[in-house]
Amino acid sequence: MSSSNTTTITPQGAPNRRNTELVLLAFAVLVPVFAYANVGLAIDGSLPAGMLGYGLGLGAMALVAHLVVRKFAPYADPILLPIATLLNGLGLVLIWRLDQSKYLARLGQGEGTSNQLMWSCLGIAFFVGVLVLLKDHRILQRYTYISMVVALILLAAPAFFPARAQSFGAKIWIYIGPFSIQPGEFAKIIIAIFFAGYLMVKRDALALASRRFMGLYLPRGRDLGPILAVWALSILILVFETDLGTSLLFFGLFVVMLYVATERTSWIVFGLLMSAAGAAFVASFEPHVQQRITAWLHPMDIFLPEDQRPAGLISDQSAQSLFSFGSGGVLGSGLGQGHSELIGFAAKSDFILATVGEELGLAGMMAVLLLYALLVQRGMRTALAARDPFGKLLAVGLSSAFALQVFIVAGGVMNLIPLTGMTMPFLAQGGSSVITNWSLVAILLKISDTARRPAPAPAPTTDAEPTQVVRL
Amino acid sequence: MSELTLTVMRLGFLAVLWLFVIVAVQVIRSDLFGTRVTQRSTRRAATQDRPPARQPAQQPPRQQNRSAGRQRRGAPTKLVVTEGSLTGTVVTLQGQTITLGRAHDSTIVLDDDYASSRHARIYPDRDGRWIVEDLGSTNGTFMDRSRLTTPTPIPLGVPIRIGKTVIELRK
Repeated sequence: MSSSNTTTITPQGAPNRRNTELVLLAFAVLVPVFAYANVGLAIDGSLPAGMLGYGLGLGAMALVAHLVVRKFAPYADPILLPIATLLNGLGLVLIWRLDQSKYLARLGQGEGTSNQLMWSCLGIAFFVGVLVLLKDHRILQRYTYISMVVALILLAAPAFFPARAQSFGAKIWIYIGPFSIQPGEFAKIIIAIFFAGYLMVKRDALALASRRFMGLYLPRGRDLGPILAVWALSILILVFETDLGTSLLFFGLFVVMLYVATERTSWIVFGLLMSAAGAAFVASFEPHVQQRITAWLHPMDIFLPEDQRPAGLISDQSAQSLFSFGSGGVLGSGLGQGHSELIGFAAKSDFILATVGEELGLAGMMAVLLLYALLVQRGMRTALAARDPFGKLLAVGLSSAFALQVFIVAGGVMNLIPLTGMTMPFLAQGGSSVITNWSLVAILLKISDTARRPAPAPAPTTDAEPTQVVRL
Repeated sequence: MSELTLTVMRLGFLAVLWLFVIVAVQVIRSDLFGTRVTQRSTRRAATQDRPPARQPAQQPPRQQNRSAGRQRRGAPTKLVVTEGSLTGTVVTLQGQTITLGRAHDSTIVLDDDYASSRHARIYPDRDGRWIVEDLGSTNGTFMDRSRLTTPTPIPLGVPIRIGKTVIELRK
């Protein structure tokens, strides 16, 4: 009998999946159009007038993005673009749905859809720009320290710009003419580039030079420098801009990337301890942070009579958002039939998830969260497949920044953690956020294109004949 | 709009949303890449339409083995490497011949200077017993302490030493 059970193991590249992507994209455009029709029928009893235009617009955007991916990143991951398109489309529908609310219009939260549509187009333009201009993600590695400086400037900028009356606590906006931008959003990508470039060089020193103590690897004092610096910076953001979200995102991203680069659990333990200590320290004297914590612990106390309310509780947003989730139940009230507009201020931006929770229910909410999870998973998969350490770290950094942001916003809206003013990626109203997230997806696509591109075939050798199985 | 239509639309939308998630997961499932493991016998058979001609030839011993296994409850089902660089490797016994040696087409490729390229083979005989046969190796195949000279049935759990590698059959 011959040795028939021997096996060969050959490397197998990922196939080019552009046609799969096209099919998924068509699906991803149809779902929001369906949602749009659903909202129109529920509110007016007729199909909304702009439905055809909306569908065509979203479809055109998706098609442009797809064609550019086909040309400039042919081996990229097939899931990222459809999921981003679906989330962006759903976000547009939800904002349009909240635009129909007379209550919000009376509060001065007027029309947001056309603005958001414009920002989405701009986001796609950035997406195309990144794919066309960024030939290779490793070029970004050259700008490690420049990106550090740029990120610091972007993060610090809002603290120095004059605040406006309606900045609502956190100072994270810059006002230029009629526009307000959130530089912290852009900093998210740039800081990931810096961390990736920095940790790629320093990972060995951080991972190996350490003493073992009680099962944890304690880094040397001088290696603690960078993490202390980043921590101090995130505390400064918390103090001067009073924005818990950006601070948490920034520091969390650093700890995650440090852990990925060095494989040392001790960094996570240190990171958690340091951020807890820092947050507790700042909360002890910063009134805005205290307000947020009170609103987190006692959201329903806002309905008590004026004199029994805990100090600093000024808004019923948290309570209304919890009511939204509650009245949504498992299957939701149906699109256009909920009352999440009662949240009032920021219903279209920070609290957009409450509308999802009320009108699509737990089932829809889980689907949306799964979409985010799939997007992050594809980013992590890209990191695993990437062949260069910088690409690996960058992909991990970008997808964990995305994941952290989803967690911080969703956790805040559901009252799991104190609420912070951040936008749900793709879903929420906000120009800076849409542009940043489309660029982020573009960089991920570029890395995954490099990672999945089949290696060039080796030159044929003279003895390339496969070994014959010997019959015994 | 009637209540019924809206309810249908609401549930329909949730279904469509979940359908998208499921389709995306299916795409991910079909998107696995990395290395492909090809069974040589099946690859050669790929040119033929029907299952390979060898498959039937392989079938009887397997059935025999199974029926024999039913008769004798102590029939081994796997071969385990207990010492050497391949420690922990398990090969399921399915009636096929297992070759051991440094040759890279062996079932178990030994990275061991003391093993010959075609060192030994293990195969079931007609009664379903597993037999080990030394293929004229330089350093010999040992069962317990004794060097094998003829094909010998392997009892369960008895160590067989080839160079630095020790294997045994287990249930």
